[in-house]
Parts: sequence; C-alpha cells; structure tokens
Amino acid sequence: MSSSDVVVVGAGHAAIQLAASLRQGRYDGAITLIADESGLPYQRPPLSKAFMSGHMEEAALLLRPASFYAAQNVGVVENDAAVGIDRAARVVTLASGAAHAYGHLVLATGAANRPLPVPGAQLPGVVGLRNLAEARALKALLPGLRRVVVIGAGFIGLEFAAVAAERGIAVTVIEAAPRPLMRGVSAVMSDHLAASHRGWGTELLTGTGVKAIHGSTHAESAETTDGRIILADLVLVAIGVIPNTALAAAAGLRTGNGIEVDAFLATADPAISALGDCAAFPMAGQIGLVRLESVQNASDQARALADRLLGKPTSYAKLPWFWSDQAALKLQIAGLSGGHDQTVLRGDPASGAFSVFCFQGARLLAVESLNRAPDHMAARRFLAGAPKITPAEAADPAFDLRSAG
Amino acid sequence: MAKITFIEHNGTSHVVEAENGVSVMRAAVDHNVPGIDGDCGGECACATCHVYVEAAWQGVVGGRTETEETMLSFAAATQDNSRLCCQITVSDALDGLVVHTPDGQH
Repeated sequence: MSSSDVVVVGAGHAAIQLAASLRQGRYDGAITLIADESGLPYQRPPLSKAFMSGHMEEAALLLRPASFYAAQNVGVVENDAAVGIDRAARVVTLASGAAHAYGHLVLATGAANRPLPVPGAQLPGVVGLRNLAEARALKALLPGLRRVVVIGAGFIGLEFAAVAAERGIAVTVIEAAPRPLMRGVSAVMSDHLAASHRGWGTELLTGTGVKAIHGSTHAESAETTDGRIILADLVLVAIGVIPNTALAAAAGLRTGNGIEVDAFLATADPAISALGDCAAFPMAGQIGLVRLESVQNASDQARALADRLLGKPTSYAKLPWFWSDQAALKLQIAGLSGGHDQTVLRGDPASGAFSVFCFQGARLLAVESLNRAPDHMAARRFLAGAPKITPAEAADPAFDLRSAG
Repeated sequence: MAKITFIEHNGTSHVVEAENGVSVMRAAVDHNVPGIDGDCGGECACATCHVYVEAAWQGVVGGRTETEETMLSFAAATQDNSRLCCQITVSDALDGLVVHTPDGQH
C-alpha cells in the first residue's frame, strides 16, 4: 500500500471516469473502486429509458468491458459497502470487515431514492427505480401490468410513464407540485411535456400528493391527498433522491445537501474529495452550494479531480447539461434555469421541435431543447461564455446560431 | 475485428483491436484511448468523439449522417475529414483504419 493509492467509494459514472482519466494521465498508483452492488459498473440513465423499453440490452449498460479493468489495472470490490472512515489512519472499512488504506479517498457515493413517507409504502408492489436490480425486476413485471401509478413527475417518473404508456399500460402520474418537472424546466417546456404525456393516454394529476397506498398483501391502489382512489397493479415511487452523505458525516466531514467541497472538489480533509451526485460544490452565479444529478456533472468533475490528483489543479467550472428521453421526445437542457424572468421560444412547439431560451434580464441562463439538438449544441457555446445572444436574436428564426460570435 | 490506430494531437498513437459491430467511439473508450470522451454514450448528441479520418480511409469510412453533419457544425476545429466516431461502425473493412484526435473535445 502506497501513500499515493486512490480509493473511490462508489462505482458509477464519476468513479469510472476518474479511474480512466487518472490512467490516461499516467497515474501509476493503485486505484480501487468500492461498489455496494454486484457485477461490473454500469450506466444508470438508460435504466428508465432504452433498457426499460427493450431498445438496449443489459450487456450494453456496462460503463466499460471487463477487459478494461484488467488492462488499466483498476480494482473493483463488488457487493461490499464502505461503513467507516478512519481519517487519522487513512483507512476505509467495509461491511465485510475488509479495510482499505488510502493515500487519497474519493467519495462518489451517489444518491438514494427518497422514501415515500405514507402508510402502505412498504407493501410489495411499491417499487423504486434507481439501480440495475430494481430496473430488471420492474422490466420483468411490465408484460403483466395493466395499470400503474407513478408517484412523482420528475425525469425518472416521466421516462418510465412514457415506456409504460407505449406498451399500452394505463398510467396515472401523481405529482404534488402544480406542474411536472417543476424544479428542472421552464413552465413552457413543462406544459408541453404534460400535454404530450396526456396525448399518449397518461393521466397526469398535478397539485395533489399521495396519502396512502392500500392493499392487503400487495399494493392495489393509491389514495391521493384530495381523496381519489386510483387502482394499480404496481406503484412506482419516483419522488427524487437524497445524497448519500452518512459515511462522510460519520467521519466528521461537513454535509448538508450533499458532501460539502470547495471549487477543487476537496473536503476540509485534504486527503478526501467528493464528486458527482453526492457532492455540494460552489458554482459561479449560484447562491450557496449546488448539487447536480447528471452524467455530465459526474464525468466533468471526475476529469477535474483527476487533473488535481495528477498535479494540475483547476477549479471546477463546467457548464451543466442534462438530457431526458420520453417516447420520441429528446429533451436536452444546457445551463440552470433557476431565477429566469423571461423565456423566449425558438421554433414552434406545435411542430414538436422547439427550444426555450431562459433569460434573467439580458443574461442567458439556460436553454431547453426538444428534438432540436443543434440548438442545444449552440446553447452550450453561448452559455460557456462567448458568443452572446439577445432575447430578440434567440426568437428570430432567421438568426443563424452558428454565425454568432 | 479491425485494428484501429488513434493518433493523439501530440503524436502519441494507440492501437486498438476493435470488435465488429461496436462503434469506433466505443472501441476507443473501452480501451481508454485519451482524447475521445463520448459523453452522451453514442447518441450523436454531444460531439465529444470528434476525429479526423486519414485521407486514404475517407472513402471506406463513408460520409456523415445528417444529424452528425449538424452536430459537427457546432464542434471546434472541424475539417473536411471530420467525423463523430460514434457514428462509424467497426467491421473487417476498417482493419488498419487510422484516425487522429483533435486538441480537445470541449
């Protein structure tokens, strides 16, 4: 064991990209990933999309083939959870009793599904969708389902609803907020997505929560806070996630909405960093710390941290971007729209392909593109700094996004 | 199977044995070739797998798809021989292929 050895708690996008980038940068110490699941590390985004719909085989989910780990000399400890950090001794202990000494410890612990705090939530037939085991189980049930209730109209809930509706399953989505994807997209985009789901036959109830799940031995119905009883063979709970911070908190590291890190993704302990879904980090233009749940954030933070561990520290300042596939709709988001006071449409929503440019005054904050990948690519350039675009230019179909700047 | 050579901007080359049917991007990522990110996983949605195809191979590799053409118009430092390698499928015909990676993908 050398003082330069890197131990990563987690084996998602962030962990794998960190290992890959360290080796690309000729890092020659040991790299060990601690995974609390069995099997090789895999991609989560397709679980509620192409994997669920049957368009992607399970083998294609792997982040890297088995040969990668041998060739790059990256160790993966499977099916064992990190349960403690001894910061003085620089050792991580696992549930199995194994101990791993580290020179640098990276917390890439991700997040866990937020549990539904109502009676009946523990009944069989009330499920979540975050890991491969859950996705496999849910996918296997699909052929026998006639009606499902999805609690939560966030990305996961809507993606699953689209897959289920496409299969002819009667879907009811129950969302406590007044509109779907309230935190994630503008009202214009949200309304368009709501209308699309309704057009596919999904019943979308907004502004109402769930009071209880009923059933004797298995979920049979969901009761809304406004008193409706909705029959269901299965209830999917998709009401967001909670960052996995317990390990860090128990080790005395600062946690809040995530494991708190500085602009270099370092915790207060110089030998411990955190990144990806579990990390709360400072971001220019945002108040307080930001925590993002996305592949882009995980991958770009991993590249930034690898640079620091390779002796080239740079503060993390990448543009956030996200995507979601719902039936034939490809939604791509660049930037963070929170705080926008003006939206400008580019393209006609009735055509099914358009973008929403979200401005705060003259400043472009985010662009949401539906089936308009070129707008998304242009938006990433605009949001990364230069060139600039005004609301009038964004709204003008004759204005060529490529020519700007 | 096809032997594919990726030459980095700094001249370092990486030779990869790629299986038929996978994309050239996937082959690069699976073998940890630097300079190819493939952030979107092969959806032709991010333009981070940009390569320059060596002149002798342009005809064999073929032209850009429509989506790819649009995506490349937003990428940096494109040339006539630019391709997004998630859109190139490995086959025996590509045995010996040489591509160059740009200075950066972002």
